[in-house]
Amino acid sequence: MSSPPVKLIGFFGSPYAFRAQAALCLKGVPYELLLEDLFGTKSDLLLKLNPVHKKVPVLLHGGRAISESLVIAEYIDEAFDGPPLLPTDPYDRAMARFWADFIENKLTKPFFMAHWVEGGARERFEKEGLELLSLLEAQLKGKKFFGGDRPGYLDIAASALGPWSSAIQEVMGVTVVKEDGHPAIVQWAKDYSSHEALKPCIPDREKLLAYFTENLERYKTAVNTMLQQQ
Amino acid sequence: MSSSPAVKLIAFFGSPYAHRAEAALCLKGVPYELLLEDLLRTKSDLLLQHNPVHKKVPVLLHGDRTVCESLVIAEYVDEAFDGPPLLPTDPYDRAVARFWADFIENKLTKPFFMAHWVEGEAREGFEKEGLELLALLEAQLKGNKFFGGDRPGYLDIAASMLGPWRSVVEEVTGVTVAKEEEHPSLCQWARDYSSNEALRPCIPDRDRLLAYFTKNKEMYRAGVRAMLQQ
Repeated sequence: MSSPPVKLIGFFGSPYAFRAQAALCLKGVPYELLLEDLFGTKSDLLLKLNPVHKKVPVLLHGGRAISESLVIAEYIDEAFDGPPLLPTDPYDRAMARFWADFIENKLTKPFFMAHWVEGGARERFEKEGLELLSLLEAQLKGKKFFGGDRPGYLDIAASALGPWSSAIQEVMGVTVVKEDGHPAIVQWAKDYSSHEALKPCIPDREKLLAYFTENLERYKTAVNTMLQQQ
Repeated sequence: MSSSPAVKLIAFFGSPYAHRAEAALCLKGVPYELLLEDLLRTKSDLLLQHNPVHKKVPVLLHGDRTVCESLVIAEYVDEAFDGPPLLPTDPYDRAVARFWADFIENKLTKPFFMAHWVEGEAREGFEKEGLELLALLEAQLKGNKFFGGDRPGYLDIAASMLGPWRSVVEEVTGVTVAKEEEHPSLCQWARDYSSNEALRPCIPDRDRLLAYFTKNKEMYRAGVRAMLQQ
């Protein structure tokens, strides 16, 4: 069955756009990447296709536009043939969705604030972030990936904990995740970043480092704004 | 399908999140036992044991399985039991339903309900934002009785707070944000949702809900003031 072409609006450096790419790569779906410039003007195409959030990623499939990285990941799993991204058992699917929601709504903010925030405030984010990371890490349960032998939906949801955490730690000169504290997650990050099926879309590390170095002040400003709003 | 283990739901009266889980069970036609927590007393050992991550209701117990997070529960109920589908069958329609549920959860709910509870100058900003976002959601009804079509589905479940809870909060606060003349479809939807036959067992009794919010009015206002200061 021939399917209409797939395009993905993303930008280099976005871990959310990456999730959509990872889903396409793991499912084996060819796609064309349309790159936005994050700090430039948003394209008319992006604004037209994601009027609600005006953000990447946006998946275009035939005449359909789908937004929100995890919604896109499930759509890819359901709309295309290929290896399953979500488990088949309803309970295992519920667990994957629960922990993806946990990453999205509990873990991400304190964990990444612990990377960016400087000075006294960093400590409490680190404490909270690492406690939450331990809860997630326990879900690996001795497996190579959250999805089992190969990455799946929850690995996709956790992507930022791999290449992005590593790059930001290096650019900021901090170590948030230590091997002895979280050995399973550290190993997971290595396995995820080097996985064969993800090779076409894992960001080049040097390029990611350059991206964060170049945009360091922007990120720091945004983080300070967030801190003051608390 | 062979006989399924018993289903229990840990909830408390008045929780719109617990209602979502009940609504999913009612619409799917799954019998369940309700275990009611008392919100203002100590959380039960059962709740703390089965939802150690969030320590919140609802929690679905199905045999030896535990599922938390109201929308994760709704999808689990749809997938684990036979009965009328809660999510559409087409992958794109499913993605659209998930997108708008995420929108309700992460964009609409806070400003919309803040617009009812917040007093003074700050209210205006929340009302403006809440109404803009509400209009976007309302457009998704597209002339249908429910977001799910002829009968309520996943997105109706996600939106349930905009039904019985909105009505009661309007009465308790004396503030109406969604006016009938400006939002006729949504107001009609709310009436249809609250009176739907399949939902009868789980729609909260209005007088009882009104008494609950009246009794806890100061607690809600204090909570809202604390959120504003953050």
